[in-house]
Amino acid sequence: MTDATLAFAQGGSQHLAGTATIVHDGPASKRIVTGYGFWIFLLSDIIMFSCFFAAYAVLVGQTADGPHGSQLFDLRSVAAETGLLLLSSFTCGLASIAAGVRNERWFQAAMAATCVLGLAFLALEGREFASLVAQGAGPTRSAFLSSFFSLVGCHGMHVSAGILWLLTMMAQVFAKGFRADIQRRLLCFALFWHALDIIWVAVFSVVYLLGSAV
Amino acid sequence: MFGKLSWAAIPFDQPIPLITGAVVLVAILAVLAWVVIAGHLPYLWREWITSVDHKRIGVMYTLLASVMLLRGFSDAIMMRAQQAVAYHSQGYLPPEHFNQIFSAHGTIMIFFVAMPFVIGLMNLVVPLQLGVRDVAFPTLNSVGFWLTATGALLVNVSLVVGEFARTGWLPYPPLSELTYSPGVGVDYYLWSLLISGVGTLVAGINLVTTVLKLRTRGMTYLRMPMFCWTTLASNLLIVAAFPILTATLLMLMLDRYFGFHFFTNEAGGNVMMFMNLIWAWGHPEVYILILPAFGIYSEVVSTFSGKPLFGYRSMVLATMAICVISFMVWLHHFFTMGAGPDVNAIFGIASMIIAVPTGVKIYNWLFTMYGGRIRFTTPMMWSLGFMVTFIIGGLTGVLVAVPPADFLLHNSLFLVAHFHNVIIGGVLFGAFAGYTYWFPKAFGFRLHEGYGKAAFWFWLVGFYVAFFPLYAVGFLGMTRRMQHYNVAEWRPWLLVAGFGAVLILIGIVFQIMQLVVSIRHRAELRDATGDPWDGRSLEWATASPPPVFNFAVMPDVSGADAYWTMKMHAREQGPGSSAPDYRDVEMPRNSPTGFVCAFFATIMGFALIWHIWWMVAAGGIGAFATFVAFAWRDHDEYVIPAAEVARIDRANLDARRAALSFAGSA
Amino acid sequence: MSDQLQQYHDHADLAPGDEEAGSIGSKLLGYVVGLGLAILLTATSFFIAGTNLVWQPSIPVAIIVLAIGQMGVHLVFFLHITTGADNTNNVLALAFGLLIVFLVIGGSLWIMSNLNHNMMPMDQIMQMQR
Repeated sequence: MTDATLAFAQGGSQHLAGTATIVHDGPASKRIVTGYGFWIFLLSDIIMFSCFFAAYAVLVGQTADGPHGSQLFDLRSVAAETGLLLLSSFTCGLASIAAGVRNERWFQAAMAATCVLGLAFLALEGREFASLVAQGAGPTRSAFLSSFFSLVGCHGMHVSAGILWLLTMMAQVFAKGFRADIQRRLLCFALFWHALDIIWVAVFSVVYLLGSAV
Repeated sequence: MFGKLSWAAIPFDQPIPLITGAVVLVAILAVLAWVVIAGHLPYLWREWITSVDHKRIGVMYTLLASVMLLRGFSDAIMMRAQQAVAYHSQGYLPPEHFNQIFSAHGTIMIFFVAMPFVIGLMNLVVPLQLGVRDVAFPTLNSVGFWLTATGALLVNVSLVVGEFARTGWLPYPPLSELTYSPGVGVDYYLWSLLISGVGTLVAGINLVTTVLKLRTRGMTYLRMPMFCWTTLASNLLIVAAFPILTATLLMLMLDRYFGFHFFTNEAGGNVMMFMNLIWAWGHPEVYILILPAFGIYSEVVSTFSGKPLFGYRSMVLATMAICVISFMVWLHHFFTMGAGPDVNAIFGIASMIIAVPTGVKIYNWLFTMYGGRIRFTTPMMWSLGFMVTFIIGGLTGVLVAVPPADFLLHNSLFLVAHFHNVIIGGVLFGAFAGYTYWFPKAFGFRLHEGYGKAAFWFWLVGFYVAFFPLYAVGFLGMTRRMQHYNVAEWRPWLLVAGFGAVLILIGIVFQIMQLVVSIRHRAELRDATGDPWDGRSLEWATASPPPVFNFAVMPDVSGADAYWTMKMHAREQGPGSSAPDYRDVEMPRNSPTGFVCAFFATIMGFALIWHIWWMVAAGGIGAFATFVAFAWRDHDEYVIPAAEVARIDRANLDARRAALSFAGSA
Repeated sequence: MSDQLQQYHDHADLAPGDEEAGSIGSKLLGYVVGLGLAILLTATSFFIAGTNLVWQPSIPVAIIVLAIGQMGVHLVFFLHITTGADNTNNVLALAFGLLIVFLVIGGSLWIMSNLNHNMMPMDQIMQMQR
């Protein structure tokens, strides 16, 4: 009976081969599984960011007689940061195309460009943070500043982690080429990097632009 | 050099933690010594610690939960004992100690008993039920487990090195801010949960991806066992809710470590925002716990009624409805915090609405039983006990969902009784049902029925005796977390409650005896067929325990209750003629990544708590190096040749056939 | 597995971030168009924030709408999240995530503003303690 039980199960596909109605074809490929899992992780990360956004929105008015955003934000620097990150998203896309056609030279070039643009973004942001602290508008000054530094800083930490990941991926491709598992990781990296730019859109719109329109 | 750490951290002046710690330390060392001397370490390392097999990881999660249940229950017995004697008296536990005990009790029970228990069962069972070989990300699975273990370890270390939080299991500011909790207690809490929270998130991502992307051929969504649906819903909630916990605890950490002002009294901090955010996590959390239990009940009730689950589609709808609505009710945990009546009313109504899909489920289980041939095995007893107990707990929940009623009952013992009613009656009973139900699958032999039933009855009666008096005493005005009291009316109820805790203790003792006796008599209790309960879903198609690859050939599914369909067809059609089409099987390689990662996480966590900054850096570098080393490996899979697969499968089939013919059914 | 089944399997689903097979030129064009649109929307956003040329109360709404537009451009052109049948799971997951984001942010804002409206400010409470 047990032979028949399992034989039925395994022979079932032959019974069905004559019909056209295959309802579910089995587990998805590794690339889809990996990509989807990382997509779910990204959504969880976006939810975490939304908590910092919520805290910012609640505390934005709590300046404790200290400086408001409109007194502190330098929109030209923010515009530069935005341009840098947007361009880096573009170069990351180029890297994805290069990886797709397995062209190592263009891949490394595009990744290097992405890295430089990302580092430039971080440099500008670091400069902004340092100058705020120097003016006595550091995160311990007021609840508004705590939430500002946390939200923007959380994004910056994600960018920093992304750069570390980027460099690791460049090293991996250099050492091992475009192996299937490395390609999957590149897919995840690209998702991550583009998502960072999406979050930045929310950051500069809500924090800087709305904050200075006050 | 060692930050805030000094010899003063060890509680030489407090006999209870000191002696407990010493005893536990000696016990751990003794076990370790025995393991090493008896030569079991290579086996343990190879087969368990570095395992990425979902079945092994599931067992380890469940083991962690069981051990931590003993710790959490010890806290409970201490609290009941204190409240039984502390009438016009300070009792035997000073307030600083009592406060740590109730905080540790809640933290441990939720995060290190209930969560690992349900995650362990989901890990063990879901790939088998889906007809696949493992979860989506096996190594990540191992990382998730070991990070959870790190969190549990840190909480337990706080007993002997330093102190634990005194804030309750949710550290409300301003009490949890540095000003009012200058010690390391809240820091232990924060880092323990931040680290294990990563582990839980990882498990959530894993199981969502597994259910959505890894099902065997023919298994459409509506052919999945109900436990897989509840796994999907619960893990979607994990993925959605745990980031909120992480963010909120990070904010508190920033306040404590860097002087930020999220929740401080000064500089514009907003204390109420903590409650808002933490309960936006906290409410989905309890649904994360109960949904897998609901899934377990669906499996158990249908198997032991001998009928397919009644109203499968409505169950699916109810499950997904609970999943979504659970994110719309969180304010009911702080009705009294000062929101206006309109806000309170809307959340109150939503909280009552969410009881409706649960009611749908209860009716479906009842209709499943109706007309079936019920077998009163231990898992079925737990399910029946759940049905009665959980309904009562749910009703008291609907009562406190009414804001004006909640204004009187908030933070009273009525509330305490309510949530223990639903968590014990719902989650814990479900975990025990699942544990008993799937134990033979995991280990190859059943648990002793007699001890199982005895344990059930002591738990059931003990629960009612321990907690129903708390409903009464809550109505009489007693607040929760009281270290002593002077109201004569309350005393008799608290004495009865203390007795109830003793009954539960006896139940636990029976569970331990059940395990010991079952192991000793495992030959008689052996499950040689792989299907000890005449089950309906695919996990029972495998041997007990299943081979590492689960299924020699992944099954082809043509309907719900896949295994039951297979058995019925086999009975009609007789033995099949074609041999299975064995192929080479690729399995993920074992990896120490999880364990090593957790090792560095433990170091980092401990160092962060005690402000040992160089150790934090060292741990961080170690963790990063582990990632890179893992990413650099060239061989992440190994191949089991078709011939070996065939050999293992034929041996299992022969054993099953022999057992069945011995039992008289061919 | 027959060829028919092989085809079905490969076209059933796309990993998020993957796009349909195509020439390098068309892929490149996609990214360039995305970049162009994003630059346009971003510049507009910055411009609107600082200008006096539009009705002032509409500025916050405009910035938010433009932000959503920019996110959409990223999703479509850089992340290749489309409404095709092969993308259903990815879109559903995104929708779920967005629902939670709106519940958390919207719910928190609503609740906290209600609380702040009803409750005494913290510094006043602290003063009462003294």
